[in-house]
Amino acid sequence: MSATVVVAGASLAGLRAAEQLRAAGWEGPITLVGDEPHMPYNRPPLSKEVLVGKAPFESLAFRPRAGVADVSWRLGTQVVAADLERRVVRLDSGETLPYGGLVVATGMRPRRLRCPGPLTGRHTVRTLDDARGLRAALTRPGARVVVVGAGFIGCEVAATAVALGAAEVTVVDPLPLPMVGPLGELLATSLLKRHEQRGVRFALGAGVTAFEGGDRVTGVVLSDGRVLPADVVVESVGSVANTEWLDGNGLDLTDGVLTDAHLRAGGRPDVVAVGDVARFPNARYDRVPRRVEHWSIPTDTAKHAARVLAAHLTGGDAGLGPFAPLPTFWSDQHDFRLQSFGAPALGRDDVRVLDGDPDGDVLAGYHADGRLVGVVALGGPAAATAAARYRAQLLQQPALTA
Amino acid sequence: MKVVVDMNQCQDHGQCVFAAPDVFRFDDDGHLAYVPDPDESLREQVEEAADVCPLQAIRIEA
Ligand SMILES: Cc1cc2nc3c(=O)[nH]c(=O)nc-3n(C[C@H](O)[C@H](O)[C@H](O)COP(=O)(O)OP(=O)(O)OC[C@H]3O[C@@H](n4cnc5c(N)ncnc54)[C@H](O)[C@@H]3O)c2cc1C
Ligand code: SF4
Repeated sequence: MSATVVVAGASLAGLRAAEQLRAAGWEGPITLVGDEPHMPYNRPPLSKEVLVGKAPFESLAFRPRAGVADVSWRLGTQVVAADLERRVVRLDSGETLPYGGLVVATGMRPRRLRCPGPLTGRHTVRTLDDARGLRAALTRPGARVVVVGAGFIGCEVAATAVALGAAEVTVVDPLPLPMVGPLGELLATSLLKRHEQRGVRFALGAGVTAFEGGDRVTGVVLSDGRVLPADVVVESVGSVANTEWLDGNGLDLTDGVLTDAHLRAGGRPDVVAVGDVARFPNARYDRVPRRVEHWSIPTDTAKHAARVLAAHLTGGDAGLGPFAPLPTFWSDQHDFRLQSFGAPALGRDDVRVLDGDPDGDVLAGYHADGRLVGVVALGGPAAATAAARYRAQLLQQPALTA
Repeated sequence: MKVVVDMNQCQDHGQCVFAAPDVFRFDDDGHLAYVPDPDESLREQVEEAADVCPLQAIRIEA
């Protein structure tokens, strides 16, 4: 009997890894272990279409490829430890699973605020169950909503709350502009205006120091002394990698799982990391390892990692160059879309309007050393179409050398 | 092979057009148009397109 490939984490990256192992010719057993009770489902609509009620929760399930009909699913089961030397993982049931190959696909969980105050009424958005709870809270008439964190999830949830008719929606962030980290000032300013015009308020340059209320939240206390009344609080303040189960194996887990240019961890040919949790160098850019929390990354990483792992397990050579995906990201907020190709954050200091203007449909180019490294469109379909025209150019760029 | 796109779900992201330009394209109004019965030789392209559709709106039926 051939060795089993154990996939830890049964969401998008885990599913794609299993599918791609089959596509790469691995015919041996595959076991997916996931701590959520659900089959893999699509997360982006949790802050958009499904949260607003345009699409039902049932529409989120992925349709696994026929090739994975024979894999075994251990859902509602957590991997609690791994011994990479002995090639076993331990489950919360107490069972141990030996493996020939291990795929790390355990993703992220929301970071939580640690300030004092009640917990009830405070939400995060990562899972189906989170979104169900948040939808119930946001659809209560007259809800006053405070979103903490003006990243993309916070901005999306704020837009959705307005669409659901919330009485007040305020976004709080210590930074001066929404999504300024990934977008830079030009587009972040434009984003702020668009949100304000559509009824979202902002409390920027302020942090949260405490929550008010008895059994449940009634207000959010800001560092400048203001108190925002709140019935619903959404914490969208970043995420933490689910890697505790890998502790004690000498891996670099400072921010996700550090991998080499072929997504292998700890110099081990039998351990690969995929999806949000993987911190990989991108040969297309400066080769600094980074985690990339874009929906496109689970599929891109799984394709590469599965071929590398399948080749190792069957004694072949994957014959692949270093991993060099073109990051692709979108975010839908109100009636506009943000569409990004490449790595705009690397070119934030040299942003040029390529098309349109920041008050309407706009396309911005991000440059490093004078070279285009990313484009971001903001607005309607015309802007996104314009961005798509630059995608081919980004794909052809020679690698940046650090 | 047979391909179906759920046009109620599709939001014109265009990822499928990048992945399988021989099967998916945008018409002059910017709406998705596609070949419903592409040649079997395009299967890999179409599977890739189905994988990368953010709305998971593409179904390969045979
Ligand atoms: C609300 C929301 C909206 C988003 N919107 C967009 C968007 O518009 N555009 C975009 O590009 N990206 C978006 N993303 C990001 C995208 O969804 C993620 O990049 C993607 O889901 C990552 O998939 P993953 O499989 O790597 O990780 P995850 O989906 O986090 O999967 C990891 C799985 O492993 C499980 N797990 C963790 N630890 C263990 C353990 N020890 N044992 C067993 N199982 C474990 C987790 O419960 C989870 O099911 C969004 C994300 C969220 C949460
Ligand atoms: S990728 Fe999906 S949503 Fe986008 S145009 Fe194609 S089918 Fe429609």
